[in-house]
Amino acid sequence: MKEKSILKKMGSFKESAILLALILIMLVITIIAPKFMSGRNLYLVARQVSYVVIAGLGVFFIILTGGIDLSVGSVIALAGVVTGKCMELGVNPLLAILFGLIAGAFIGLINGYLVSYVGVAAFIVTLGMMSMARGAVWIITKGWPVSKIDPGFIAFGQGSFMGIPTSVIIMIIIAIISYIILNKTIFGRRVLAIGGNEEATRLSGVDVKKVKLQTYVIGALFASITGILLVARFSSAQSTAGEGWEMDAIAAAVIGGTSLAGGSGTVLGLIIGGAIMGVIRNGLVLMKVSVYWQTFVMGTIIIIAAIVDVMKNRRSN
Amino acid sequence: METNLVEMKKITKHFGGVKALTDVDLDIKRGEIVCLLGENGAGKSTLMKVLTGVYPEYGGEFTMEGSVKHYKGTHDAGHDGIKMIFQELNLCPNLTVAENIYLGSEPKTKAGFINHKLMIKESGKFINQLGLDIDPRHTLSNLPIATQQMVEIIKALISNPKILIMDEPTSSLSSKEIEQLFVIMRKLKENGISIVFISHKLEEVMEITDRVVVLRDGTNIKSIDTKDANHDLLISLMVGRELSSLYTHRTTPPGTEVLFEVKGVSGPPMIKDASFKLHKGEILGFAGLVGAGRTELMKLIYGGVKKNSGEFYMNGKRLDIKQPADAVKAGIAYVPENRKEEAVILEMSIKNNLTMSIHDKVKRLGIFLDKGQEKTITSGYIDQLSIKTPSMFQAIKNLSGGNQQKVVLGKSLAIEPNILILDEPTRGIDVGAKAEVHRIITELADEGLSIILISSELPEVMGSSDRILVMHEGSITGEFNRDEFDQEEIMRAAVKVC
Repeated sequence: MKEKSILKKMGSFKESAILLALILIMLVITIIAPKFMSGRNLYLVARQVSYVVIAGLGVFFIILTGGIDLSVGSVIALAGVVTGKCMELGVNPLLAILFGLIAGAFIGLINGYLVSYVGVAAFIVTLGMMSMARGAVWIITKGWPVSKIDPGFIAFGQGSFMGIPTSVIIMIIIAIISYIILNKTIFGRRVLAIGGNEEATRLSGVDVKKVKLQTYVIGALFASITGILLVARFSSAQSTAGEGWEMDAIAAAVIGGTSLAGGSGTVLGLIIGGAIMGVIRNGLVLMKVSVYWQTFVMGTIIIIAAIVDVMKNRRSN
Repeated sequence: METNLVEMKKITKHFGGVKALTDVDLDIKRGEIVCLLGENGAGKSTLMKVLTGVYPEYGGEFTMEGSVKHYKGTHDAGHDGIKMIFQELNLCPNLTVAENIYLGSEPKTKAGFINHKLMIKESGKFINQLGLDIDPRHTLSNLPIATQQMVEIIKALISNPKILIMDEPTSSLSSKEIEQLFVIMRKLKENGISIVFISHKLEEVMEITDRVVVLRDGTNIKSIDTKDANHDLLISLMVGRELSSLYTHRTTPPGTEVLFEVKGVSGPPMIKDASFKLHKGEILGFAGLVGAGRTELMKLIYGGVKKNSGEFYMNGKRLDIKQPADAVKAGIAYVPENRKEEAVILEMSIKNNLTMSIHDKVKRLGIFLDKGQEKTITSGYIDQLSIKTPSMFQAIKNLSGGNQQKVVLGKSLAIEPNILILDEPTRGIDVGAKAEVHRIITELADEGLSIILISSELPEVMGSSDRILVMHEGSITGEFNRDEFDQEEIMRAAVKVC
């Protein structure tokens, strides 16, 4: 009897279906490749997932308003390279990180301004910004990795606390902050409202443009955190860092049940969505599936998630 | 012998509990131009949608050319030669005239490609027949609206229709273009095509139609030959009814001091030099036909659309309103006409909808929402407005229209406004909820709130207002104090017959 009620409770969670999917996937992979469950492997998977999830939580707020950000991957690289260059020039590491964050946030500010106040479509603005920011990275680095990175910073970024990688701890902190922003603050309420009905929100007296601009800044800021963590991870700032990650970030949100039309989505869902992608990618490697097939499978999963979302909406209407 | 092409008998149509049509009869003779005349909501469009198969479920029956028909969709009706031309253009501006005319029925070459040559030639034939000068190869968006309207008509003509239904076809045309349209309508009539002409413009009705069928509140009032009709008669037929007891007027008189003043406001799309004063505790009604510019004027006042010129004064002090947020700060609340599109966030709870305009009031530590306070305020309005819901956490989409409207009202009242603008507040809600909304409006005014009430139902504005302003084509064309209220006079100002 008691078990039943627990199951029932589980079923009432919005995220229960994808959580179940994640567990099933992990089971299947463990059966085929038992190495998956080893402590070392889980550590690597968790770390990889954390990078995507942090960037994903940024684009999450943008998607909730009904927008999109394709410049995530380039912002990851730019923030990393600015941080790395500063360290190379002997700037205090903390200041270097700050500069990296500012550089990233600045990109978000431009994105947000063009989308909200000038009225250009988000897809186009951020597509252009994807190239501009990546171009800026190449201009700064001329294509070479920046490798004179502060050793203390590397040690911190590659380290762990009670067996949990630093980046995972940072992901948890950012997830908690995101949860609070979304569910407890005026800003979060307004983000959801805009995604639900932008015109009604505007006519309610909400400064919709300002809120939308802020989501792009948050998005770029979170992507920058990922970018800076990656510098520590590779002990160098790479101009190719984050290439294609905008898709992983967006996919994490979609697989996690965030509606691309805006208005609905949860932080926990996004984390599980990111985990599903990370686990599958890792599992495919462990199961010795060819790299070509890996890419194919990842795409399939995104489309399946999108179909599930459409079916869900159709049923509720 | 004249024969009836269409005979509609005892047509009845409900929307939920609302009766839109009750036992309506309509005959259409071959080669006749019939006008359907009536106020907004009289049932003209509904009747035509029954005829064209848009509403396949209705009571009563109709015959087309002697046999009983029951169309399941516009396609069926089109097949039998009944075509409707809608008020808004249903064309693709990026395509050419010929491509628009043949959209959906493109002639094909043997190889299966579109036969452009044939399409252009055939389009040209129709254009010539109507004595028009349009190049079928031109892109539609480069042509004036009137020409586009002609294209819409030609598009309907290629399938050899027997009846054309035109829903306010002249609303966006200049007087010269209207003449052009009438020439074509007469030509079609000569060719034996019947036309149902829906319009509010009495001059046009008198000029072009053979017969006028007046509807009111979803029932037949009269069918009269146009040559026996005149403006006064038609107006009295349109409005002639008793004020219903739905609208109980308030007992306390409004204040005399001016609270809010609008001076010479002009702005998009067509508001010209509008000025009026609103007194404290007054219910100021705005009457007019759909499209007269009442909603548009309110949007300028509320900051939903930017005005070009003009000023607002609150208590004699000038107000600068650039966006809705400024209006809310100044204590102006607006309940929009389109609830679903402009007022509610369907997926959100009643509570979250209701507090949408007062985030600054339920703030904690600068950025957080004080959910306790939100709950207190929400349950206060749920009680005051008797909103029927199991819980304030219920998504608003699960409520009935009337209860949704009360939530929107609560949202507006929560900002503790000086002025409440209500745009068609009872549209799409049932009679019971309507009476309740009116009771609430009266109570609020008695408590000293100034209210602007827009309604297209004359009895509603007349029943509730202390004073009525009438708008016509973007301008204020009439002002009536309560002791001068007269349905016919107001309708005259609304259709601008002097």
